[in-house]
Amino acid sequence: MTTAAARRLAMHNKRKRTNLMALTLSLLAMSFGLVWLVWILFETVRLGIGGLAWSVFTEMTPPPQAEIGGLANAIFGSVVMVSLATALGTPIGILAGVYLAEYGQKGWLGSLTRFINDILLSAPSIVIGLFIYAVVVARLKSFSGFAGVLALALIVIPVVIRTTENMLALIPNALREAAYALGTPKWKVIYSVTLKAARAGVVTGVLLALARISGETAPLLFTALSNQFWTSDLSQPMASLPVTIFKFAMSPYENWQKLAWAGVFLITLGVLALNILARVLFRNKH
Amino acid sequence: MAATLPANPLEQNTSMERTAPQGRPPERRVVAPWADALFAVLTQGAAWLTLALLAGIIASLVIGAAPAIEKFGLGFLWSRDWDPVQENFGGLVMIYGTLMTSFIALLIAVPVSFGIALFLTELSPGWLKRPLGIAIELLAAVPSIVYGMWGLLVFGPILATYVQQPLQGLFGNTPILGALFTGPPVGIGLLSAGIILAIMIIPYIAAVMRDVFEVTPAMLKESAYALGSTTWEVVWRVVLPFTKTGVVGAVMLGLGRALGETMAVTFVIGNFNQLNSLSLFEAANSITSALANEFAEAGEGLHQASLIYLGLVLFFITFVVLSLSKLLLSQLKKGEGSRA
Repeated sequence: MTTAAARRLAMHNKRKRTNLMALTLSLLAMSFGLVWLVWILFETVRLGIGGLAWSVFTEMTPPPQAEIGGLANAIFGSVVMVSLATALGTPIGILAGVYLAEYGQKGWLGSLTRFINDILLSAPSIVIGLFIYAVVVARLKSFSGFAGVLALALIVIPVVIRTTENMLALIPNALREAAYALGTPKWKVIYSVTLKAARAGVVTGVLLALARISGETAPLLFTALSNQFWTSDLSQPMASLPVTIFKFAMSPYENWQKLAWAGVFLITLGVLALNILARVLFRNKH
Repeated sequence: MAATLPANPLEQNTSMERTAPQGRPPERRVVAPWADALFAVLTQGAAWLTLALLAGIIASLVIGAAPAIEKFGLGFLWSRDWDPVQENFGGLVMIYGTLMTSFIALLIAVPVSFGIALFLTELSPGWLKRPLGIAIELLAAVPSIVYGMWGLLVFGPILATYVQQPLQGLFGNTPILGALFTGPPVGIGLLSAGIILAIMIIPYIAAVMRDVFEVTPAMLKESAYALGSTTWEVVWRVVLPFTKTGVVGAVMLGLGRALGETMAVTFVIGNFNQLNSLSLFEAANSITSALANEFAEAGEGLHQASLIYLGLVLFFITFVVLSLSKLLLSQLKKGEGSRA
């Protein structure tokens, strides 16, 4: 064999080795990502089920080292605040999403809003908490469930705007033109044709927003604060599952930590279920 | 085909007298003529609201931080005092914590995400792509408080036992390296926070990188393959150069997330204002965890204003990072348009 051929063969082998190594590393990276998911879910289920009992749903949050106790008030507070925030944020998000997709595709207001919205989507949620603190809590001189609702609603809006716009953009223009040809006014076209056609996608966005705020802790820390007792009064500080978990998990008390694991289990289950539901719903329609 | 078609009605008509159309034109029913205008105004109002939201956030942060800005000025950024009793505040410790944890997170997350995106676009068999993609996206959906609690109670102790103690044993007496690993073996500190952040941002970066990689025209890749390139060479020499702005955008997006993440960091960073040791295992503090821990208890006045100042700094940094990410990603989209 000539030296040139030998060199080429060596080069060839080296390239093959590099390739094999890169692909192996890529496979390892993939498994690295999955290992965490499996590990976190496993621990959450293992420790969460251990702490789960019927009393979790019926008893109030206990003082440290108490025998009995549950998360009833925190679960209730979370459900109330999350549903109100979704109800408040969704219409605004859908309207703005409609504007971006149907009115302002090109104009400066459209592009600016799209840009700002993408930033709000990833902005630190604790800053939203600071904002609501300054605007609501500091004015009224009191932490309140209502402030928590507002903070969560502000997180819902960008998520819904983004998905609504994306979903409306998928609707073929022929559909709009057909409706216009029948003399339908624009609002009616949007309301009964495009939005209706994009319904599954829009609902998916709302579900994802719901999942996102169900686990949000930071914006509630200094808006809704927390409450040891049951309250359905939105002008009072209100307990929520994430904030209670935070408080209990950081404590040295065993009964609190156990409840925190039960809470984490419930939240993870809820959030993942919402995510999977959103995906299934979206896939069935598209 | 043509034979089965009915005769053209127009041709029939030409032989006949033109008759008046039957029936009447429909009455034009105008229901609520203002509805169109109202709807347009409503949607536009919602868009303005989003802009107002951003303006409101910035304004409220600046107003809230004003006393601290007046008192400490920009020196706040490199002063390491944090003394609520003497009312002397500086944000260096928290800013360092935020930047350092995010840096560690990127160091781990970027190569891993690249590997995942490479796997999902080039290696994975078709039937596996979707489930794996969903699994990675679910990792992004897990609430941060779950990561935090898991990090504090499960991962931290393991890190301390199996990583920190061996490292201390190995480098304990080496002058510079040793200083990085001192501290009590409880598994909290900058390194734990960085690792947890990495786990949290991997799905974001990987998902965007995957989407960006898929933008590469198949013909480019196929040409490279046809010249005898290996998969790695195609990715490294064709896909990556073609998508580099998008890849940087994806990394920036992950960085923006890491900088602003609160709960996961608060659980594991230790919440202790010190910068005396550079150890990765010593309790530290970050902007978000300082806010989470101190804000609700801070009295009105300089303490609160200083915390809001920190929030303003955080918002400014993430705003810049996220804007850059957005610009880079949109540039890729434009480039794609002109090439197509």
